[in-house]
Amino acid sequence: MTSLKMQIETKNLNVSFHGNHVLKDINIKIPAKKLTAIIGPSGCGKTTLLKSFNRLLEIQDGVKISGQIQVDNVNILRAGLDVPDIRKKMGLLSQKPYPLPMSIYENVAYGLRIHHQKKGDELDQIVENCLREAGLWSEVKDRLHDPASRLSVGQQQRLCLARAIAVEPEVLLCDEPTSALDPIAAQQIEKLLLKLKENYTVVLVTHTLRQARRLADYVVYLYFGKVIEQGPADEVFNHPKTPEMKAYLAGEIS
Amino acid sequence: MIISTAIVLSSLVIIIGLVVYHGAPAITVDILIKTPTSQDYIGEGTGGILNAIVGSLLLVIPATIIAFFVGIAIALYLQSDFSHHSFSTFVRFILDVLWGIPSILYGVFCFLIMIAIGVRASVLTGIIALTLLEIPIITRYIDESIKMVPAGLKESAYSLGSTKFETAVKVVRRQAFPGILAGVLLGLGRGIGDAASILFTAGFSNNVPGSVFDGTAALPTLIFKYFSSPYAAVRERAYAAAFILVIIVLLISIISRLLTKRFMKHVIR
Repeated sequence: MTSLKMQIETKNLNVSFHGNHVLKDINIKIPAKKLTAIIGPSGCGKTTLLKSFNRLLEIQDGVKISGQIQVDNVNILRAGLDVPDIRKKMGLLSQKPYPLPMSIYENVAYGLRIHHQKKGDELDQIVENCLREAGLWSEVKDRLHDPASRLSVGQQQRLCLARAIAVEPEVLLCDEPTSALDPIAAQQIEKLLLKLKENYTVVLVTHTLRQARRLADYVVYLYFGKVIEQGPADEVFNHPKTPEMKAYLAGEIS
Repeated sequence: MIISTAIVLSSLVIIIGLVVYHGAPAITVDILIKTPTSQDYIGEGTGGILNAIVGSLLLVIPATIIAFFVGIAIALYLQSDFSHHSFSTFVRFILDVLWGIPSILYGVFCFLIMIAIGVRASVLTGIIALTLLEIPIITRYIDESIKMVPAGLKESAYSLGSTKFETAVKVVRRQAFPGILAGVLLGLGRGIGDAASILFTAGFSNNVPGSVFDGTAALPTLIFKYFSSPYAAVRERAYAAAFILVIIVLLISIISRLLTKRFMKHVIR
């Protein structure tokens, strides 16, 4: 493990909502350009952990965060940082896809436009590349200016992926991205994630153990807000050390 | 179910039918482009009701515009980014109560203030009364449509690196726009049909108002006055005014349907 470059590292991360202690002393390391799965039973704080990485938690009411989150050796919880800039580094794929209320083309171009990066033909080219990378180009190339709301849910999720990679993030945060999808659409997303981890650090929250087994290089097991076990996937899955992990793998905790 | 539907539908048909039956024959070019030539609500009707048509528009359009700007300011302030939850719940409750207050009370309220500061009924005071009437409606509609924007959509925009301002202007606005539009047009529809609030505040005149300090007729107040007349010819002109009012309200709701449909196509559900 020591040879791997670490992308995200948390130190004593604690999060509470209105006094409800959701994450307790989280110390984890997420390696760069690997797929890390955060697994655990429902309501154990997986999504909260994921959303703390791009500081999305703080837009909610009554959130208290303490500790450190190091991204590329910068503590992103430090005051005075440019929050949109931190978020830009982390693409988000949520449970239910939320395309922006605009056309397919504008969805992908949105990030580039607000960051004033590209114009005209160059923009067209990037939009095309991102849609290709998300495996959506052939399905939408003739209707780029249709509203994104007309796409199927599976297509919308891939559009969200294309939109996320358009701003060239380093990390992709995926919050159960397949849970709202049918099996075929889910499989497409899984394949894409496996391909994308070559270029991006992928953090995947999932509550299906089988999905974690299929995809993960590295696993973090959360149980009631605590990290019970973490490590390379085959180690955690094949040689679990803690009784909680064994119980989870055996299907006694779901 | 069938009976209640029948009662609702038949009363609608009867009202519209009555207005069309009496009103449509009374509509002439003169009615639309001339002002009354005499104090005709006490005599034979000659001339038109242009004073009321223009008066209605002069009252309701500025009132709706002002109510929209006030409404959008209040609605934005009520969102969780700016206000504490218990405060916004309280303000929403107040607005709902104001929505339910009979419009005559808005009229009386403004009238009492007018007496206290010594101003006559005029276009300006009518606009103020109508604005007060429309603010709760428009505010609550805007507020609800902004509140209904899914949190996940805002999170998506934030995760692409948008600032709060960019998210509000480029994403939330587009998503909430059909609701905002519906609210404004509903306020407009309520304002144009309301007689009680402008009865004391806008006054009455047989002429098209020359300035905002002149009193003016409006379609609902004209209907009220003309229907009280013992002369059939004058009452017929009230039907004509009612007919025009129904057409205007109908147009507003058709336009609002079309516009909402047009802007709904991008909205994420």
